[in-house]
Amino acid sequence: MESDSVFYTDRLGAPRNPLLDQLPSYQSLLYRRKPSASGSTKRRGSSRTRVGSSNSGKWGQTTVARQHEEKLRTQTIQRPVRELPKSMAEKRRDKDQRLEQAKDLSSWRQWRQSTRRTLRRLKEDGFEMLSNLELWRGDIHVIEGMFGTGILSYFSFLRFLVLLNIVMFLLMFGFVMLPIITAPHASGNTTFNHVDGSECRNYPSTSRHGLVVFHQHITDLLSGTGFLEQTYLFYGYYKVEAIHFPKFTYNLPLAYLLVTIAYLFLSLIWIVKRSATGFKRNLVQDEDRFQSFCNKIFAGWDFCIVNENAARLKRSSLLYELKTDLEEERIKQKIADRTRKEKCRIYVIRLILNLFVITVLAACFYSIYIATNFSQKAQMTKVNFILDLIYEYLPSIVITLANFITPLIFSLIIQYEDYSPAFEIRFTLMRCVFMRLTSICVLLVSLWGQITSCQEGDCVCGYNHVLYPEIYKLMIFDFISLFSLSLWTRKLIVNYCDCGLAKWWGQQEFAIPQNVLDIVYGQTICWIGTFYCPLLPAICTIKYFIIFYIKKVTLVNNCRPTTRPFRASSSNFFFLAVLLIGLALACVPVTISIAQISCSQACGPFVNYTTSWEVLPRAVSQLPAGVRTFLLAISSEAFAVSFFVITCLAMFYVIALAGAHKRVINQLREQLVMDGRDKRFLIQKLCQAQRTCAVRFPGSGSQSHSSDRVSPSYRSNSGVFLVHPPPDSATHV
Amino acid sequence: MGTTASQLGKDLLSEYQELTFLTKQEILLAHKRFSECLSKEDKNLPTPRVPMEKVLSLPELKSNPFRKRICHVFSTSDMKDGSLTFEDFLDLLSAFSDSATLEIKSHYAFRIFDFDDDGTLDSGDLEKLVNCLTGETDDTRLTPEEMRQLISNILEESDIDKDGTVNLSEFQHVISRSPDFVSSFKRLFCEVYK
Repeated sequence: MESDSVFYTDRLGAPRNPLLDQLPSYQSLLYRRKPSASGSTKRRGSSRTRVGSSNSGKWGQTTVARQHEEKLRTQTIQRPVRELPKSMAEKRRDKDQRLEQAKDLSSWRQWRQSTRRTLRRLKEDGFEMLSNLELWRGDIHVIEGMFGTGILSYFSFLRFLVLLNIVMFLLMFGFVMLPIITAPHASGNTTFNHVDGSECRNYPSTSRHGLVVFHQHITDLLSGTGFLEQTYLFYGYYKVEAIHFPKFTYNLPLAYLLVTIAYLFLSLIWIVKRSATGFKRNLVQDEDRFQSFCNKIFAGWDFCIVNENAARLKRSSLLYELKTDLEEERIKQKIADRTRKEKCRIYVIRLILNLFVITVLAACFYSIYIATNFSQKAQMTKVNFILDLIYEYLPSIVITLANFITPLIFSLIIQYEDYSPAFEIRFTLMRCVFMRLTSICVLLVSLWGQITSCQEGDCVCGYNHVLYPEIYKLMIFDFISLFSLSLWTRKLIVNYCDCGLAKWWGQQEFAIPQNVLDIVYGQTICWIGTFYCPLLPAICTIKYFIIFYIKKVTLVNNCRPTTRPFRASSSNFFFLAVLLIGLALACVPVTISIAQISCSQACGPFVNYTTSWEVLPRAVSQLPAGVRTFLLAISSEAFAVSFFVITCLAMFYVIALAGAHKRVINQLREQLVMDGRDKRFLIQKLCQAQRTCAVRFPGSGSQSHSSDRVSPSYRSNSGVFLVHPPPDSATHV
Repeated sequence: MGTTASQLGKDLLSEYQELTFLTKQEILLAHKRFSECLSKEDKNLPTPRVPMEKVLSLPELKSNPFRKRICHVFSTSDMKDGSLTFEDFLDLLSAFSDSATLEIKSHYAFRIFDFDDDGTLDSGDLEKLVNCLTGETDDTRLTPEEMRQLISNILEESDIDKDGTVNLSEFQHVISRSPDFVSSFKRLFCEVYK
């Protein structure tokens, strides 16, 4: 018998213990690849009944097997043929068999089945067409083939951010810029919010000599002021109060405010939805799903790797990961065994090092503060082109330097803190994330300090005035530093400098966490800045586009991919978690400036209101009475409190449900173990009984022959002979 | 069945589309790829078979540590020599495509990891699996103590009925909770899936 080779170790094809073959659990696992030369499905059924019929007299298994076969057939009929793990010939036979059976059905059912089939095919074609439109599909395939799924997750994260920024830009464009642009064409009447149309800033008039104008333009381009302030880039350009179209009036300040809130919400929902798919399973079990050994072993190999080099790297990274995890287990054991004296010593060291970290962070923040103040003051006086540029970019330079140096410091000192390796990595990352995102906050706070400390005289008016150029400069400098630090300079320096530092830098691996932090930093700036600079998402999109190609070329040509393993699933979760932190951080300054800060006196859409938020209550008061009372009711305290209470109740219910499920799962597990033991025990007893029977009645039929062929090496579902071989089974009776 | 002409018939194409998870384009590309592997005499046979050595020398499989097992699992040859017909090849691509269900993938993964073909993953299978993953040479293997520790960890996580082996349903259960499986067990022949 050539079939069923998976479960039969005896190459002669003789069945093992027929008892095990009759077990319903074994019968349900009978999906076997058969060569195309074998017969029809009847053959398969007969192979089961053949086994059953050898014991038909004694066990009456035939009926059981046949009933089970019927149940299987009706079960499998629900699923499409291609979802059965069989060879093509068998699937074809199944399909023909089903068509035969379908002919017996009524014409209504036939029609329903065929429409279902065509609909499914249409859906698949549609999905195929959509997936062809995916951005960067070909490039990502190449990267996946060369480097596996860990690095791929970085690039798909980049793609996600491009899409997010495009959507943000479309929102801003559609609701804010498009009405302004189309107003003259759609016979709309725009009212501005100040009569004289004065400028936001007064620039000294320069005599128009060619080179001076060119210099001025470059300076303006790099600092975001000057002529750029008269473009759509700056929010002060949006001086429109309302646009009166023939049918309705379009309230632009309201639209501006609502779009800001909308894009923050949209980002939040999209990120949460994207991270939920990987995170859902993690919530059911207590153990750390991402770090489980089964996940690493069974899902360890990326079958999409084609490159020999990449395969070798993948192997070594897997080896490293396994060794690290095994060592971590041993270290955990060691930590649990620590004496009290050692614990005290470790805690003292950790305290000192944490204080050191805090001082380093405080020093960085203070230097950012100083640099911002100095830069603001220095912008009052113009010395020359280069020096002016440096003064303007001073905060950005300081922030980038701090972001470059602090990770090195952190990774140096974490070695002395004696944590387990996985925790070391995570803790260092957390510190870097904190450093990066807080530096932006410090910049904003120091700018805010600048504004409140000078209210009159020759200081520029308005927080927004000061903030907008700084955000723009941060963005530009971030892009320049990313560009220069990655591609050309690295290649140049490695090729032309021979000192050790250059060599070390050149051989740097593609460190995924640092790269991701760069991107998240840029995206946080984008979220903060879009309120003041509506075209910022578009600039970000272009920036990410360029970064994608730069990183890809860098990776392919220069770097070795990281030897430290980065799993796709845990990295996706990590990227999105850091992005969420960035979003939360970005919401704070935006909320404060909408709600608290009084607007610039001469610029922007909110000039006629004390704070930007005031647009909303004023617009609500102009709505019809019914809608107004409804909205007021929703925003009242009573509603908020009851909503909060209901949400808490729902949460408690869901938590209780999850706890109950967990208990049931544990009980079922224990039951399974018990049942497995029962089964093994019973089979052992039965085999013993069989053997004593055979000893007593050596001539009684095929029963004894089949038990003769019990090979000591066979493995069963129970595996009892593997673990505890009973002494009898070693001898053929 | 195989075909002597270089084009697949339309009926055959739609039948393959229905019986596998591949799209029309992917099937055609696969056919082209398969025909390139056939020697001239074989092309005229009704069901040409590509011998295992030829399959193993394909660039996508050359660096895959499970290449021999893949050939054995998907082959329907009577002589158990790992040779593949075109339909076996399509089955292989279908199991590794993006739209294949988790059940199919886990089933075939189980068969691939079951080195001694006995229907369960015992310590011997797991040890061979780990060695495939880390490398064949001595300095890339784990030490015996580490191997023991690793295998006992795996069995602790996946062996529900505590019999010392992982059977198919336990394996499928573990895979369904593994977040990385779907993204790693796919796209074996990348260019076909473009």
